Amino acid sequence: MSSWLPTNPSSRRWLGLAPTYLVIGIFMLFPMIIMGTYSFMEANPYGGVKPVFSTAAYIQLAWEYDLDNTLIFNPGYLKIIWRSIELSVMATVICLIFGFPVAYYITLQPENRRNFYIYLITIPFWTNLLIRTFAWIIILGRNGVIELPLLSLGIIEKSLGMMYSDGAIAIGLTYSYLPLMVLPIYASLEKLDFRLLEAASDLYASRLAIMTKIVIPLSKPGIIAGCILVFIPCLGAFIAPNLLGGGKKLMLGSLVQFQFASARNWPFGSALSMLMLAVVVIVLILYARGAKKSTAGEKATES
Amino acid sequence: MSDKLSPSTKGRKILPVGHYRGLGVWNVAFLFFLYMPIAVLIFYSFNANRMVMLWGGFSFKWYIKAFNNTAIQDAVINSLIVAFFATVLSTAIATVGALVLARGGNFRGKTMSLGLITLPLMVPEIVTAVAMLIFFAAIGLNWGLGNVIIAHVTFCIPFAFMPIRARLEGMDTTLEQASRDLYASEWETFRFITVPLLMPGIIAGAMLAFVISMDDFIITLMVSGAGSTTLPVYIYSMIRRGLSPEINAVSTLLLLFSITIVTAYWVVSKKTQTKTVH
Amino acid sequence: MKRTLSIVAVATMALSVGMAQAAEELFIYNWTEYTPPELVAKFEAETGIKVTVDTYDSNETLLAKLQAGATGYDLVVPSQNFVPIFVSEGLIQKVNVSGMSNFKNIQERWRNPAWDPKQEYSSPWQWGTTSFSYNSENYSGKGESLKEFFEPNEEASGRVSAFQTPDEVVNLANIYLGLPFCSEDPAEMKQVQDLLVAQKEHIIAYNSETMSDMLTSGEAIITNHWSGFSRLGRLTGAPIVYAYPKEGVIGWYDSLVVPSSAKNVDNARKFMNFMMDPVNMAMLTVNQGYGDSIIGSSKYYTEELKSAPEVNPPSDVPVIFATTCSPKAQSLIDKVWMKVMQ
Repeated sequence: MSSWLPTNPSSRRWLGLAPTYLVIGIFMLFPMIIMGTYSFMEANPYGGVKPVFSTAAYIQLAWEYDLDNTLIFNPGYLKIIWRSIELSVMATVICLIFGFPVAYYITLQPENRRNFYIYLITIPFWTNLLIRTFAWIIILGRNGVIELPLLSLGIIEKSLGMMYSDGAIAIGLTYSYLPLMVLPIYASLEKLDFRLLEAASDLYASRLAIMTKIVIPLSKPGIIAGCILVFIPCLGAFIAPNLLGGGKKLMLGSLVQFQFASARNWPFGSALSMLMLAVVVIVLILYARGAKKSTAGEKATES
Repeated sequence: MSDKLSPSTKGRKILPVGHYRGLGVWNVAFLFFLYMPIAVLIFYSFNANRMVMLWGGFSFKWYIKAFNNTAIQDAVINSLIVAFFATVLSTAIATVGALVLARGGNFRGKTMSLGLITLPLMVPEIVTAVAMLIFFAAIGLNWGLGNVIIAHVTFCIPFAFMPIRARLEGMDTTLEQASRDLYASEWETFRFITVPLLMPGIIAGAMLAFVISMDDFIITLMVSGAGSTTLPVYIYSMIRRGLSPEINAVSTLLLLFSITIVTAYWVVSKKTQTKTVH
Repeated sequence: MKRTLSIVAVATMALSVGMAQAAEELFIYNWTEYTPPELVAKFEAETGIKVTVDTYDSNETLLAKLQAGATGYDLVVPSQNFVPIFVSEGLIQKVNVSGMSNFKNIQERWRNPAWDPKQEYSSPWQWGTTSFSYNSENYSGKGESLKEFFEPNEEASGRVSAFQTPDEVVNLANIYLGLPFCSEDPAEMKQVQDLLVAQKEHIIAYNSETMSDMLTSGEAIITNHWSGFSRLGRLTGAPIVYAYPKEGVIGWYDSLVVPSSAKNVDNARKFMNFMMDPVNMAMLTVNQGYGDSIIGSSKYYTEELKSAPEVNPPSDVPVIFATTCSPKAQSLIDKVWMKVMQ
């Protein structure tokens, strides 16, 4: 029965990987390459592209032709890109601050309870992003779940106006990706040897020192992985900015989606996507380098 | 031993090393924050008032309306068809990929393969969505629901991959070695030992892929054609129509469905763990 | 073996759901909340054709979808200024509307319109106006001028919403500033840009969908609105008043057209003919609250509809229909909008 399988281990490997390469290669890599080429073409005024080489899309990122056709510097899109990065960093940091103690707490639990906590935390994540964001509209809206009791108790007099603001977007983003921060940190902390902590306290280390000098450094790989897993989706998010931000404060994700829907500027949308990919690649390279350093460091301390 | 730690805790319970006051409270607050929107969503689905934010009494009418809505029924069927095919195909592809990557040792191109298989996770969804839209438009592929299925298979692969690979890495190889020692052929070993041992991981991967496919919105929105509206895309159009409790009702039902699948996933995972502890 | 075969059979069947159209189907792609279920049910009962409705939120999205090559739609519903674009891009096909049996029911003034002079492509759906609406309980103004929308007073500032798509917002600005539509003059468009950028200070959201909800909940006091959609909001009991500012309102006309890639052209033509029957058109108009262009349909209107202000613009308010802009003018509009959105 095994005669139809090649016996050479190398060809077997590639046979097993072939479906993956085929599917992801054809339906993801190749489309992204096409997208890259589109970013160097001219836009068709009614949507689509004209196969004419043009760097107009990339120029549009930072410059524009004023209404009287002079090329001037336009910080508008850079502002949007910067705002997206800012909001993503903020969401990442909030997730980290909220999520680390939770991951740590779960590690302190007995084995059988841990899985239950993990299960509790992942359930909201596996549910539809749209629904979860929509719930926040009900919560933050005028006369919504937060305001109504406050208003009727007289604690506030008029609406707090929480919806359609940067804050609402930040809350939406944080809420969507919080579990993605907790899980990697937990995975890292799980491997923590508690005897190290006890040894430290035997040596008169304060509780604070134990946390900052032992726990946190040892869970660094998990922390970094968590940050990346939150930062990247936040960067491309467009549901939270649209539904919670009122479409006023465009972020990268909604800007890209806009180019393919209303603005009919596919090359520019492609250029923006390539930019996003570039940011992601940079982050991943930094992560890979950092990971190499820390494993080297670990190996050094072990020896 | 722990007395040295906190001389100021006179009379208060002394916590063991590594424990910190307030962690439990923090955790509860965290879970509250996590579940509050879901509770709100479910609660308001019973709102008799059409204006979702103003409570007007308790009513099941939105659920009845949702069940009678043929457009929703069509959307659910579409979602299930897509999720079924996406799950089967992506899990199969991920299984063979995981077998190679977890068992194949260190070969040239291993990092690249790992990178490729997790690529859909690393790229922001909007970029994937737009790239696929461009691709299907450029090659003129218009298989309606088929387009959606292809897209879903692609981004479900890494989700199916992770549990399978984790299972493989934690698997005890002694049984397989014993089988080979007893002169079983490679195929027989694979079929009668490896696969059954791996099955919990495969099932876990399949469930993850299924849930991810059922919930996907952005990519489906960009790629979908006529008559291929899935449930999340339909919910989006409902939100655009106005915020009524019917959206909450449909969302709650979808939520319950996803929770059921995820719960099943965790039950299976627990069985996985008990099996490996000898 | 048998199991494998049955799985393959199911798979093939399911895939063919997406690939080929089965007998007697019709796929309509329309604006959200624009296709009454009872109308669809009536058509299905009369003809036995199964109808599926998908939705989009703007002309631009429709154009983008068709440009991207999305097929499978048999009927789409663009506004009048988009019909020539669809024709020139080859996205819709001739279906000889003037040869249909109910063609004679179209009112004179709407026959062979400027955007379809030989009535080859399009058949009537609804026409209406675009203006703004306000919440009369929260707002003391009377909607007498577009100034209230573009330069709101303190009462409404920070609670104004405009559409998410550029064309109608820009055109309202044109009306307010007394400029022609589809201007190719950068200086004129600069005025529009300045107005819209200044308006942004007072805007709470750019939204083309949940305007009535925002007015009802108080999230917004003034919103960009369409006549019929505003009426629907009013009918739910909310104090929504549709404004007819003195400078004028935008007129638009939506028609049914058949995409070139449609698979059920005959069924599409049947539906177009079905809609030109006064009884059916009246059903649509009562449900939607816009205007229709079929002779005799007003016989079937309800009393409420006959007197609704949204359907009867005052005679002294200009109703200006948008025309198709040249690519140069369109790119100016897009530029202005991008500037506003930044």
